Amino acid sequence: MIMIFGIPLQAFLGQLLLGLVNGSFYAILSLGLAVIFGLLNVINFAHGALYMLGAFLAWMGLSYFGINYWLMLLLAPIIVGLFGILIEKFLLKHLYKLDHLYGLLLTFGITLLIEGLFRSFYGVSGQPYTTPEALRGATNLGFMMLPNYRAWVVVASVVVCLITWFIIERTRLGALLRAGTENPRLVEAFGVNVPLMITLTYGFGVALAGFAGVLAAPILQVSPLMGSNLIIVVFAVVVIGGMGSILGAIVTGLGLGIIEGLTKVFWPEASSTVVFIIMAIVLLIRPAGLFGKEK
Amino acid sequence: MNRQALGYIVFLLFLAAVPLMGIYPIFAMKIMCYALFACAFNLLLGFTGLLSFGHAAFLGSAAYASGHAMKLWGFSPELGIAYGVLVAGALGLAMGALAIRRSGIYFAMITLALSQMVYFFFLQAKFTGGEDGLQGVPRGTLFGLIDLKSDLNLYYVVMGIFVLAYFIIWRTVHSPFGQVLKAIRENEPRAISLGYDVDRFKLLAFVLSAMLAGLAGSTKMLIFVSATLSDATWQMSGLVILMTLIGGLGTLVGPVIGAFIVVLLENKVGDFGAALTKWTGVEWFQRLGESVTIVIGLIFVICVLAFRRGLVGELSAWWDKRQST
Repeated sequence: MIMIFGIPLQAFLGQLLLGLVNGSFYAILSLGLAVIFGLLNVINFAHGALYMLGAFLAWMGLSYFGINYWLMLLLAPIIVGLFGILIEKFLLKHLYKLDHLYGLLLTFGITLLIEGLFRSFYGVSGQPYTTPEALRGATNLGFMMLPNYRAWVVVASVVVCLITWFIIERTRLGALLRAGTENPRLVEAFGVNVPLMITLTYGFGVALAGFAGVLAAPILQVSPLMGSNLIIVVFAVVVIGGMGSILGAIVTGLGLGIIEGLTKVFWPEASSTVVFIIMAIVLLIRPAGLFGKEK
Repeated sequence: MNRQALGYIVFLLFLAAVPLMGIYPIFAMKIMCYALFACAFNLLLGFTGLLSFGHAAFLGSAAYASGHAMKLWGFSPELGIAYGVLVAGALGLAMGALAIRRSGIYFAMITLALSQMVYFFFLQAKFTGGEDGLQGVPRGTLFGLIDLKSDLNLYYVVMGIFVLAYFIIWRTVHSPFGQVLKAIRENEPRAISLGYDVDRFKLLAFVLSAMLAGLAGSTKMLIFVSATLSDATWQMSGLVILMTLIGGLGTLVGPVIGAFIVVLLENKVGDFGAALTKWTGVEWFQRLGESVTIVIGLIFVICVLAFRRGLVGELSAWWDKRQST
């Protein structure tokens, strides 16, 4: 057996892949947070709860209506996005003129509401979700067994992140969005419906969270608490990366996932805190974050 | 001003008379503890304009530190509390120094992340007892004189701590130091241009707030003779924000009233749900009553949308309006 730093290669690569999977979730979620923050100036605490909602929708679709994974991968983000649009239209909209902190507090309250509702119906224990047939099993790469589903999660996440990057950086719609981030009043003067753009941006951002939730359903247990534990780590990821750049968010998310995975191999006790420790170090050396701009 | 002093005296007399009125002393002590916690938090958010989303870390770490010192090292209660407060202060210094490097929304995220790190530390460390927490801490005798095993004795000690801490906060807010904090809250660039070392003031306020939150944590440990993981969770950090918000940000009395409402809610929401079910016949209310989280989330949303000044803030605004017409 090949050993690397005293660890069997198979175990090492397995943890690395698991780290990449987690990193994919960090990347999608922090990307959504960054897109929303750019235009709305709101840190969306409910992002974790909406990720959980996405996972639960996938589970509900399968167990109540027999809708398969692939259809839910499309439907769940749409439903979560529509739900997000309702939140923005009826609640968040009233807070834009106030201190940004109120947006955080409001979405925190929404998080408690959603989580509490799911807890009162499904308890805290997780619901199992079976991996779709096409992605079961593993592929033998010669040096390791690659679990198909995990590879799919990483590929799908990276593709979605890159599509998002492309839309924002390379299309006309994205140009409007970036202009709206810089100066919403001027964009409005050019005849763009900025309030609609804000609503749709929020919907799109949380749809990303819903998508990540469906991806996570077969790997992690679908439980009401799966979102809030994740969102705090994602906050740390956002602080580390800074919210200045889209590619920065993707790279930081994946990178931290890998570091977390490696920590699990070499020092398991620290694996739940390593991201926070890195955050502390980054704050000391480069307070604006790795990709952030000093304001 | 005289009316205010009169109000405080009446409130003090009321506090002193609580055990005589047949109110369960543990319940009253719990409220005072949370009130102190909320006041400490408000010193930061209400008077300095810094939203810490990680204050549970100080509550929890002081509770664990005091409990550990009293149970294993045989510290007396006064030394145990002092030790807890110092530990919370040291943690506050470390967390504050990191968090004040960013402002606004980032400050909130950083404090939340750091407090989650503290939570994981407590979850894994040997001395905390993991999920079970630290149980059966002896209350001991205060200064070798007052036996705290009696709930009544403990009640007056807790009341003393609460009044003293409240006075410290009152004094801080009304001192030149407090004026600078308020200046930072209102307009930070201006405070900087006036020559104040803003970071230093923020850090000092952070540490002071952490120590007072620690005092609340140590006292809470003394009341329940245990320190548990729930004291250090992000839910607890959220709860203290809610207490302050309901009562009134930046008012001295607000957090006390907010803490009272939240503790009452936590204890009574089940009964309330059951009563509503009985009354309306809708079974869902029972379920709502059993889930405090939903109710707290709902109040959070309502407070942020429609009730940002809090009870005390709304009342005083109403009073001012009446006076002026």
